[in-house]
Amino acid sequence: MADETPTSVSVTINGRVVSAAPGELLIEVAERAGTYIPRFCYHPRMEPVGVCRQCLVEVAGPRGATLQPSCYLRVSDGMDVVTDSEKVKKAQDGVLEFLLANHPLDCPVCDKGGECPLQNQALSHGSGETRFVEEKRHFEKPISIGELVLLDRERCIQCSRCTRFASEVAGEAQIDFAGRGDLIQVAPSPSQPFDSVFSGNTVQICPVGALTAKPYRFTARPWDLEQVESTCTTCAVGCRVAVQSSGGRLTRVLGLDSESVNHGWLCDKGRFSLDSVDGNEESVDVLSPATRITQPLLRREGTLQPVAWSEALSAAAEILGAHPGEALGVIGGAALSNEAAYVWSRVAREVLGTENVDARYDDGLDPALLGALAPASIEDASRARVLVTLTGDLRQELPVLFLRLREAVRRGTTLVEFGFGPSALRELAAHVLSVRPGEAHLVAAALTGRPGGEVAAGAAQIEAVRALLGEGDGVVVVAGRPNLAEDASVIETALRTLADALPAARFLPALRRSNVRGAMDMGLAPSMAPGRRASGAAGRDTRSQLAALAAGEQRAVLLLGGCLLGNVLDVATATAALSAAQVVVVTGHGGASLAYADVVLPAAVAHERRGTVTNLEGRVSALSAKVSAPGAAWDDVAIAAELTIALGREPEATSVEMAAKLIEEGTGYPALSVLADGSLEGILSWSGVASQRRALDPVAFPGVRSTDSLGQAAYAGATSHVAPGARPAGVGPISWDQVQRGLGASVPHVDAYSLRLNVARRLYDQGIAMQGSPALAGLIEETTLLAHPSDLDRLGVKSGESVDVLGVGARVSLPVRPDAAVPRGTLEIGFSTRRAGEDPVRALLDPAGTLSLVRLESRS
Amino acid sequence: MASLDAPRIVSSRRDYPDSFSLSRYLATGGYEALRAALGMHPEQVAAEVDAASLLGRGGAGFPAGRKWSMLRKSEISYLVVNGDESEPATFKDHYLVERDPHQLVEGVIIAAYALQVNRAFIFLRGEFALGLERVQQALNEAYEHGALGRKIFGSDFSLDVVLHPGAGAYICGEETSLIEALEGKRGFPRIKPPFFPAVTGLYGEPTVVNNVETMSNLPWIVLNGGAAFAALGAGRSTGTRLFALAGRVNNPGVYEIEMVKNTFRDLIYDPALGGGVIENKALKAIIPGGVSAPWFGPDLLDLALGQDEVAEKGSMLGSGSIVVLDEDSCVVRAAWRIVKFFSRESCGQCTPCREGSGWLERIMYRLEHGGGRSEDLDLLLDLSDNIAPGLTWPPQQTTICVLGPSIPSSIHSALSLFRDDFVAHVDHGSCPHG
Amino acid sequence: MSHLRAELRQRAEELVGLYPSRRSAMLPLLHLCQEQDGYLTEDAMAEVAELTGTTPAEVRGTASFYDMFHLEPVGRYVVGVCTNIACQLRGGEEMLAHVSAVLGCAVGGTSEDGLFSLEETECLADCGVAPVVQVNHRYVRTTSPEAFDQMVAELRAGRLEHDVPSHGTLIRVRRSGGLRVDPEEIAAERASARAARAARQEQ
Ligand SMILES: Cc1cc2nc3c(=O)[nH]c(=O)nc-3n(C[C@H](O)[C@H](O)[C@H](O)COP(=O)(O)O)c2cc1C
Ligand code: SF4
Ligand code: FES
Repeated sequence: MADETPTSVSVTINGRVVSAAPGELLIEVAERAGTYIPRFCYHPRMEPVGVCRQCLVEVAGPRGATLQPSCYLRVSDGMDVVTDSEKVKKAQDGVLEFLLANHPLDCPVCDKGGECPLQNQALSHGSGETRFVEEKRHFEKPISIGELVLLDRERCIQCSRCTRFASEVAGEAQIDFAGRGDLIQVAPSPSQPFDSVFSGNTVQICPVGALTAKPYRFTARPWDLEQVESTCTTCAVGCRVAVQSSGGRLTRVLGLDSESVNHGWLCDKGRFSLDSVDGNEESVDVLSPATRITQPLLRREGTLQPVAWSEALSAAAEILGAHPGEALGVIGGAALSNEAAYVWSRVAREVLGTENVDARYDDGLDPALLGALAPASIEDASRARVLVTLTGDLRQELPVLFLRLREAVRRGTTLVEFGFGPSALRELAAHVLSVRPGEAHLVAAALTGRPGGEVAAGAAQIEAVRALLGEGDGVVVVAGRPNLAEDASVIETALRTLADALPAARFLPALRRSNVRGAMDMGLAPSMAPGRRASGAAGRDTRSQLAALAAGEQRAVLLLGGCLLGNVLDVATATAALSAAQVVVVTGHGGASLAYADVVLPAAVAHERRGTVTNLEGRVSALSAKVSAPGAAWDDVAIAAELTIALGREPEATSVEMAAKLIEEGTGYPALSVLADGSLEGILSWSGVASQRRALDPVAFPGVRSTDSLGQAAYAGATSHVAPGARPAGVGPISWDQVQRGLGASVPHVDAYSLRLNVARRLYDQGIAMQGSPALAGLIEETTLLAHPSDLDRLGVKSGESVDVLGVGARVSLPVRPDAAVPRGTLEIGFSTRRAGEDPVRALLDPAGTLSLVRLESRS
Repeated sequence: MASLDAPRIVSSRRDYPDSFSLSRYLATGGYEALRAALGMHPEQVAAEVDAASLLGRGGAGFPAGRKWSMLRKSEISYLVVNGDESEPATFKDHYLVERDPHQLVEGVIIAAYALQVNRAFIFLRGEFALGLERVQQALNEAYEHGALGRKIFGSDFSLDVVLHPGAGAYICGEETSLIEALEGKRGFPRIKPPFFPAVTGLYGEPTVVNNVETMSNLPWIVLNGGAAFAALGAGRSTGTRLFALAGRVNNPGVYEIEMVKNTFRDLIYDPALGGGVIENKALKAIIPGGVSAPWFGPDLLDLALGQDEVAEKGSMLGSGSIVVLDEDSCVVRAAWRIVKFFSRESCGQCTPCREGSGWLERIMYRLEHGGGRSEDLDLLLDLSDNIAPGLTWPPQQTTICVLGPSIPSSIHSALSLFRDDFVAHVDHGSCPHG
Repeated sequence: MSHLRAELRQRAEELVGLYPSRRSAMLPLLHLCQEQDGYLTEDAMAEVAELTGTTPAEVRGTASFYDMFHLEPVGRYVVGVCTNIACQLRGGEEMLAHVSAVLGCAVGGTSEDGLFSLEETECLADCGVAPVVQVNHRYVRTTSPEAFDQMVAELRAGRLEHDVPSHGTLIRVRRSGGLRVDPEEIAAERASARAARAARQEQ
């Protein structure tokens, strides 16, 4: 490449010459060279604005040296900078004094006290004496600006980090500055509270105690906090987190700045669901996900009663031992660590003798297909030339992946969206291809120039997108299950079609549930063996197991996790299955499935166990135990070992470390060894892409502690890139002929009166994280229907009106809202949302079909 | 004696009660300059403006011709006219938009033609309700008359001009803040670099921003030639200029006089102009060029009204306003009111300006109203230095825009010229004038 | 449902059409809302958000930056008295005190009868006729207390309806017609102008 631009420039900082990339920010260059310049408004993950003026340094220019904001200034060759002169010191001290002039002296009662960048810089640089004798600015003390966030305007230093986060990063300016001059204040609109699913990030990056999180407020003093680094398992993005506890109780989760994954951001569900670990103390109902299961339970005379571990284990062994092989199956495990998933997968196959294992609740994608597609990392997606999404609303499904992709598109990646329904990325999309349920494969076919059939998108648009995609160079396809009511084979077929037609394209699966990818990689899926390999053996997936149980062909089931009934769509068959079968449940939380349990074994959950997880891109990262499991709950690895013993066999692994060793030695898949290499912050990606974190800037991430000290550790952009297909020896890949082909079922005829059902996942659903966390429980979304305005007009339905929806076997009444983002002829409904009475989703579903059809009747 | 023979360039219609109407404008040679300009090549028009050495009348005094030629290297997308006039004691643009809106409109069309811009915006201060009506009326009439819209006067040049009302914020006079306001945002000045909106201006596109008075000079320059304009005045300060005279004078008002050929004394004392200080009191100080400018004492009354002449003495001609303080005026009170203005008008985005202005205002308030301490005088200077390091003129700054270093300018002037008055305030416990 | 009256809604949409970006219409639209309601109601700001493609928080944040926009109800007549330097030197502060007493209205407040609100303003750019008083942003040019009292009497008597309309700075600012030059035409014109210029430069 003939590139004229220099790759490196020389900058003199305090007389020392350092080299930098042209256009790098001076503050970062200086920091790398060991010169830390104080700052407030600057944040490494946002565009610089240079407003606080704390980072002023002297820069030589044609008219002598002038004071310039180092956070805003981009270096150029020959730049001469002084950061330690009297003039610089006076300016920086002056700014600090100005900031303190109106800042209240309420540090002792401030959440940020002890970890406050303003307090810290005032201590190290401030004069200690105030020359400001007048009354400070007064505002009403903390006001609530959203469900989770409080604002103390007196403490605000107007750095605009929070408002910039809201508009620039999250794309929802629900808070903005109001007023002018020294009355300027952060404000939401009374008509729209700050209800972003990312609101907690503003609290984390606030450099003072102006924004505080309601759940954390006053729960701990910073100096009492202990911290471990871990991985969030609320969804499959796998954000890196700092988990903090005080006095043996979890108190706070903060985002870590991982270059490869989350850039320091978290969603509110991940950040504020830590209370669900303990469960809601008031909740004793074992059928509720809010209840923590702390002791073994055995069904006696119809009710579950606490028993000793030995008794529970022999009861479980008796059930499982009595129905070996085909009569037995294992369902669940997506919430486990890789180590636990591995152990259960081997116990199922080698001790229980069954191939019927599946971590998916009939809501995933074919693991063999995922193993065969050319993999893309999140980084790859963020640098793609073209992004194609076949997903639901990513802000709802995988919030931090949404942030990463949004940033990519803002920086110039072209977005092609398969429009299944409303989506927060929509406004940035260059092309939106409207897709009705059951037709994604047809649109994919049309895009690749194959005879497909009639699709909603116009020919001209299809042509434009086809030209954009080319051979797939620089194309990353992000695909998940946008519609749970649609057979997985629709998306799977679309993906195969795209993979065939775009040989250079890469694929990032938008898997939702926490460690579902790790569980599949560990063999908790039919036909899969540990190490992401096709096993060749046939087994039943969850749907077939439930059918077999209901039909009496399978007699017993081991549930890894208690939430089968809360997650599976065909709840009628699942209920029939569990009623007919003998059921052993290993779980940390209660759930509806426990109504059918014969034995319940209490397990450790997130933040209580060590191990590793694999995120949706295949990156393996470490989980740490911050607190110990309550009561008699054990780690899954220990439970599996004891159960093996109860079944009269010798366990291979009795500890997480042993399981990790088996994984690494037996399959080449990285397990706990990821912790050994500090430079990788405990993370290795699937394709060997190392992940590195930015040197921790305590002003950028107040509250996070790190062994990294400033200016020393590896820096941003150091991620190495390995060609796709490079994998640890012994792991995968899966060849295309091992991948199933064809639609699972035929698409039914749709008449003019029917609407196709789109069941979309919502972030604030009825899962454990939400129900178990008092801070979040109130946010669980109400069930509503969405339809295209023209459909509502056609059917004579007004916005907000309740309508009757007729499904296969039921009629439910719900309010409906028009939304032009819903494809015509489609009715969208949120999965697992809150509604009194019968669950409408399940009632409307046609379990047998490729898609479900419903009719709407106006009630008036 | 004042030199009053120069032609009136921008205020020639001041004696007509209907000076704002199209009929009066046409009857007095209106739109002839535009016709002439359209017969020239755009570069020729720009060359005349360059030859005129027309200094921008908004405050910074940058030569309009040079701004344009610098920028014409890239293709300019928008022309924006700055009519936000809010610098205290400045009221010349107010006069121009109310009294001679067609002259402004014609100037804008000429500038747009010279810059080959097809979309221009006139940003007018929101408090100019009548000015807004008159300019919109003039625009409507210009469209009607064929001077605006498609194929102006049958030429190949087309132009749309949109009138945009401000809404009450001094800072929107700063050109990047004005652009933000025009984009529908809070008027936060943009951080520099880039230094000129020409690089990334309105909607991120190259944009020229010029003041109302700057534009209003263009018809005359096109009709009479740049050389004729340059023949007036002296040095870099050519032509005439509108001076807004206010404060303790007998005849406050807007006066068009030749640059450099007149002094402060001429403007203030000539019977045809300011007519002297009220009740023949002694003049105590003058604030030249808007309240951002450092003050002069009576010793500089004979200084010529020219941009460089004033700059050499450590102040600026700025927006062309001159405020006269007499022996009875309290300089502490005056400086307090000025810093109060800046404190109220600081946009609030950068710390030294937002916090510094308020702090300085509170100290000045105490000095004037009670509670002043002797250590306050040094504190004032030290805090001022934290906003405008070195307290030099032209200033250095720790802030994003030049509003910052303007804040301490009055305090610093008053303290330097009249320290005794401050000490008297401290000694007396408040303002000795009562 | 539009909060703006049909006629204002139409003007609003025309205003939006004058700019390359919808958000640019923010300030004129907010002026229109005040023309209808006297101040900015939540509903009005929500409508402006919709018209400009912003959020209600952004509309509020933007509006609150500008002194002319009121987020709380104000009197039928907003009286502004300038006390900035030129007016201070000519009795602006005394005028403010007088006005406050006469109207029975604190600075920043509204009189009990809801007729007047009083503001201490910064320089209103009419310093030749100081101290400067504006009512609803119309210069009333009352430089003495007596003249002011006289003006208030006229105002109360309804004799100044034309000079001082009750609200809305843009009430008589009506653009006749939208943009005349369409962007494609601009592009074509630019191209030919560019070519002509290049040709001239070659000569
Ligand atoms: C705080 C501040 C306020 C200003 N106010 C005005 C103003 O009210 N009117 C104006 O024309 N220029 C004002 N300016 C100057 C403008 O930024 C800009 O230089 C000017 O409009 C350019 O026009 P000109 O070159 O024709 O003078 C202001 C500058 C600053 C820093
Ligand atoms: S100096 Fe003042 S007005 Fe200028 S940007 Fe900074 S805060 Fe705003
Ligand atoms: S101005 Fe640089 S950190 Fe704020």
